[in-house]
Amino acid sequence: MTTTVERPSAAGQSGERSARSLVDAVFRAREITIAGALLLLVLGTWAANPRFLSDQGVKDLLLNASILVLLAVGQSAVVITRNIDLSVGSVTGLSAFACGQFAADSGHGPGVVLLLGLGIGFVCGLVSGALVSFGRVPALVVTLGMLYVIQGVGYWWAQGEQISASEVPDGVLRLGSGSLLGVPYLPLLAFAVLAATGWFLRNYRTGRELYAIGSGPEAARLAGVPVRRRVLGAYLFSGTVAGFAGALWLARFGTVVADNAHGWELTVVSAVVVGGVAITGGTGTVWGAALGALLLTTIGSALAVLKIDAFWQGAITGALLLAAISADRIVNLRVTRALRKRSSRHGHGA
Amino acid sequence: MEQPDPGPVPVLALRDVSKSFGAVRALRDVTLDLFPGEVHALAGENGAGKSTLIKVLGGAHRPDSGQLLLDGRPVRFRGPADARDAGVAVIHQEPALFPDLSVAENIFMGRQPRRSLGRIDRRAVRAATAALMRRLGVGLDPDRPARGLSIADQQIVEIAKALSLPAPAGRRPAPAGSLPAPAGDAGSAARVLVMDEPTAALTGGETARLFAVVETLRAEGTAVLFISHRLEEMFRLCTRVTVLRDGQRVSSEPLDGLTEDDLVRRMVGRDLGELYPEQRTGQAERGNGKAALAVRRLTREGVFHDISFEVRRGEIVALAGLVGAGRTEVAQAVFGVDRADAGRVEVAGSVLRPASPTAAMAAGLALVPEDRRGRGLVTSLSIEHNIGLTGLGVIRRGGLVSRALERGRAADWAVRLRLKYSRLSDPVGVLSGGNQQKVVLAKWLATGPGVLIVDEPTRGIDVGTKAEVHRLLSALAADGLAVLMISSDLPEVLGMADRVLVMHEGRLTAEIPRELATEESVMAAATGRGGRAREDAV
Repeated sequence: MTTTVERPSAAGQSGERSARSLVDAVFRAREITIAGALLLLVLGTWAANPRFLSDQGVKDLLLNASILVLLAVGQSAVVITRNIDLSVGSVTGLSAFACGQFAADSGHGPGVVLLLGLGIGFVCGLVSGALVSFGRVPALVVTLGMLYVIQGVGYWWAQGEQISASEVPDGVLRLGSGSLLGVPYLPLLAFAVLAATGWFLRNYRTGRELYAIGSGPEAARLAGVPVRRRVLGAYLFSGTVAGFAGALWLARFGTVVADNAHGWELTVVSAVVVGGVAITGGTGTVWGAALGALLLTTIGSALAVLKIDAFWQGAITGALLLAAISADRIVNLRVTRALRKRSSRHGHGA
Repeated sequence: MEQPDPGPVPVLALRDVSKSFGAVRALRDVTLDLFPGEVHALAGENGAGKSTLIKVLGGAHRPDSGQLLLDGRPVRFRGPADARDAGVAVIHQEPALFPDLSVAENIFMGRQPRRSLGRIDRRAVRAATAALMRRLGVGLDPDRPARGLSIADQQIVEIAKALSLPAPAGRRPAPAGSLPAPAGDAGSAARVLVMDEPTAALTGGETARLFAVVETLRAEGTAVLFISHRLEEMFRLCTRVTVLRDGQRVSSEPLDGLTEDDLVRRMVGRDLGELYPEQRTGQAERGNGKAALAVRRLTREGVFHDISFEVRRGEIVALAGLVGAGRTEVAQAVFGVDRADAGRVEVAGSVLRPASPTAAMAAGLALVPEDRRGRGLVTSLSIEHNIGLTGLGVIRRGGLVSRALERGRAADWAVRLRLKYSRLSDPVGVLSGGNQQKVVLAKWLATGPGVLIVDEPTRGIDVGTKAEVHRLLSALAADGLAVLMISSDLPEVLGMADRVLVMHEGRLTAEIPRELATEESVMAAATGRGGRAREDAV
């Protein structure tokens, strides 16, 4: 019997070390792979059409990606807790229209308009979050319902009208067109939100608790994590970010209708999953999700530049999504198996 | 004697606490005192209410009635966080970890030491974890993810979690020099430490190490509640013992002067012999039948290794072992729920298609799983639908499922198993645990199996129903059914089985015939202490 033998701690250590670096490598690999794919795509398209990387080309690319990156960051916080928020597209749309209407009627500047967007998003997130966390209704159903309800509110409000750029105060539009040291405001704002969220999720107890909830909900409860409050918090964040994105949408495009970001929720979820945030929660970073969003946006732009039919974009996004999920599954199985072998410390010979 | 005189105030106490789950009364008017500086044993059979009591202490369950007293004052734990903040640490029997997070994060989740701006101090977290691991004498890397840890290592993480709990500041005058733990100091600990079978998966060395730590804590004034099915551990570590039976407190007394027999009598409340049907003794023709189930060198990497055994017609074979030894996993692989990496399963002489429960069922295998509510039943469906689920191919008329045939099948089995119910159309969820178990049994027996695998068939059901289930299994075996029974309940194993197979850490360590099976021989093999080398199954 080997059981009374203490494990040799030195050997155990080195085994564990390599197990850890293996896991680290796997997760880093995901972000590196996406970054690599992105680079190849950009270089390839550039070779085919040099205008793709002209000043204006790069600016367009960043502007196009900003809103999706923002939404992906918000969505990540929710998905990490093993939930989902399908209402973000509708929230963005409603916020954009409401902000447009308000700005056109009152002539207020960007500050107040942004606040309004944030407020609308906050309220939407509060309703979804309360139903999911305290009402214990499955997230998929709640946010699907919210998607339609918010869309309905938007249609009712707009009554088929649209707000055109000429009605929107210049101050608001300058937020969409202006830049700082040559970099447009929108990508700067998106990056700021991204960096702050990434920093928060990594360095704060609350952030780590979101991961804990997604990794083991019951374990989180037993560890004294206020699960419902945290899940509500994730939805508040996702909603608020979506509201913010709506205000930026107005600033960027000027012309808004009732259902601006119609269907975006699925693109956002795709970006998050492609970027390595497991749909089952507990793993992934907002940086990965942002890279995913950037990749999907770049594919769209590249197709346009290469004069390939736009309908291919959907198919490519779908294929990427399937590849990402398959890769997750395979890697997960491999890693689990590797870790299991390394942890059988009682010398089960092969 | 170290038993505190009646003078001191218990740090944590229960007063007439009751807790019910549906129709099951898990705790009835239980009173318990935990004094500072004592190691208190909690004894009782499976289903006696120990786990519920622990969950009440740890804030995971709220009592229906009765009071919790902290330092003599009534207190209400709204959740595990409240209990934790009051200094109550609980080591749960089945570890609940975050597989994706590191060992260090698992231990300090929600309590990570912080540095400027409220950021988590990763270095301190890692150092504190390393210090805890040194204290426990294990070489577990703080940075590795919990995914893939063996049950024993998971248990270590749970223990480390409990030990890392700092004594709450301000709640009481802390002993000199032990105020809120600076990061890296793993020396402070909970005021109350509850350990539910902490040694179940540990090696001898690790157990000794844990006991030394417990002894230190006790000397520092921590009250420890210790649950173990190994009586000798209780006698070694504890000063007082409280016995639970059927959710009620039977006794609370000093361990000094008690014998193991006394304790067992209090736990069981009657002589063991009465519990088991007499036909289980001396059946000479048993074991001469053909092998109904043969498992050959079955292996699942990192879970169990090289498992070979046979179960013959008319035989009840028990698969014993500690929690996490891999018994349930073997059953799952035999039935084809999990894929085995190597080896094969034969039913009535023919090899089973691997990883296919459908093929297993067609060959006459039935598996009554351990997790009755989660895997055995659809609790929101009616009794008749549940029993009908395994026979949807049989209870058809003209291609459609016939309600009449389904009801007939259910009614028939309800009578045979003496099921207590009001209507067959009631959802299974409203039945008591014992009756739910009967429905699961009916569901599988209705398939007319040749081999029945039952995983913890009587866990958490009342004594009366337990005896009925035992009688039923015996009767089925007498009719020629081959039964493989996984059980952690030693009296059940000894009372029911014709042969006892024992697993320890993923391997079969002993095969003990009925005549030689005793509590000692089974436990020795289950803990890997001096179990005899096992000859290959014939």
